[in-house]
Amino acid sequence: MALTPEEERKRKQRNWAIAGVLLAFVVLVFVVTIVKLGGNVANRPL
Amino acid sequence: MSDASTTLEARPRISLAGPADFVALLKPRVMSLVVFTAAATMIAAPGSLHPVLALTALLCIAVGAGAAGALNQWFDADIDAIMTRTRNRPVPSGKVSPQEALEFGATLAGFSVFAMAFLVGYVPAALLASTIAFYIFIYTMWLKRRTVQNIVIGGAAGALPPVIAWAAATGDAFAALPWLLFLIIFLWTPPHFWALALAGSDDYARAKVPMLPVVKGSRATRVQILLYSVALVAAALAPFALNLVGPVFAVTAAVAGVGFIGLAAVLYFSVETKERASALRLFAYSIFYLFALFTALAVDKLIGFAPL
Repeated sequence: MALTPEEERKRKQRNWAIAGVLLAFVVLVFVVTIVKLGGNVANRPL
Repeated sequence: MSDASTTLEARPRISLAGPADFVALLKPRVMSLVVFTAAATMIAAPGSLHPVLALTALLCIAVGAGAAGALNQWFDADIDAIMTRTRNRPVPSGKVSPQEALEFGATLAGFSVFAMAFLVGYVPAALLASTIAFYIFIYTMWLKRRTVQNIVIGGAAGALPPVIAWAAATGDAFAALPWLLFLIIFLWTPPHFWALALAGSDDYARAKVPMLPVVKGSRATRVQILLYSVALVAAALAPFALNLVGPVFAVTAAVAGVGFIGLAAVLYFSVETKERASALRLFAYSIFYLFALFTALAVDKLIGFAPL
């Protein structure tokens, strides 16, 4: 089924928004992990 | 001709909703008040939560509140379509389908609770989940269309964010101050919403929502608003009386409280032609009042006055 140009445009906008939110979530989890580990990152057994 | 119409009917609906429509589903203005009360409480709470974790907790509260708003708009689309104030919302205006609103709201609700649990703590996550569930199942689905006490009991959901914020900052869900802040917002909700309902009671009557002005009339509503305002101002003075906050909060609660009771009294005595204007003035002032009170809560802590 072919989408109208307007449907296509809105779908693209939604996809980009979802991608942005997911990327932000990944960054958030990474930053929180670093914060929670704190100085212990340097003190772990090698 | 008939072929063309058959093709049109058979074509599945493709969403024309953009990101802005989904943002509108989150009720950003309601969300801002929720986030503000939570942020001020987090500042006032003892302990030293890392700023990143504090912002994460606030983000989870904001998304959770937004999710509850989206689910509310999914369930209440029929009411929203009738009321002038809400008929341009994304679902009744047709920009977002009810199915999309449901999926969006449920996904965000799950995400916010999951993120709160694993990034901040299980206690605030459990409180956030309870708040969302209370707002959707108890308020939206059960009380709103059935009882005149709908927003009184339902107000508990909007009053919980300070408790969630406190629990995020300290891990403690049973401290006195956050529950007093809960009580303040709980008592603030009825005069806030009934003032709005007085100004637009025709809307609620057409939608068959049993708001107090529709069921009991204007006079009974104005009496209730005045009584709740007095109780609210008394509750707002309690944290200082119990030595839980500093003088900035106490002065704000007293001064802004006089204004609140004053405007409620003006509404009580207003003649029919002035009632709508008085009600809208109280509604606007109530928002300012809550912002002022929670600003004072944070200021007390920031300038070192709060005895916490």
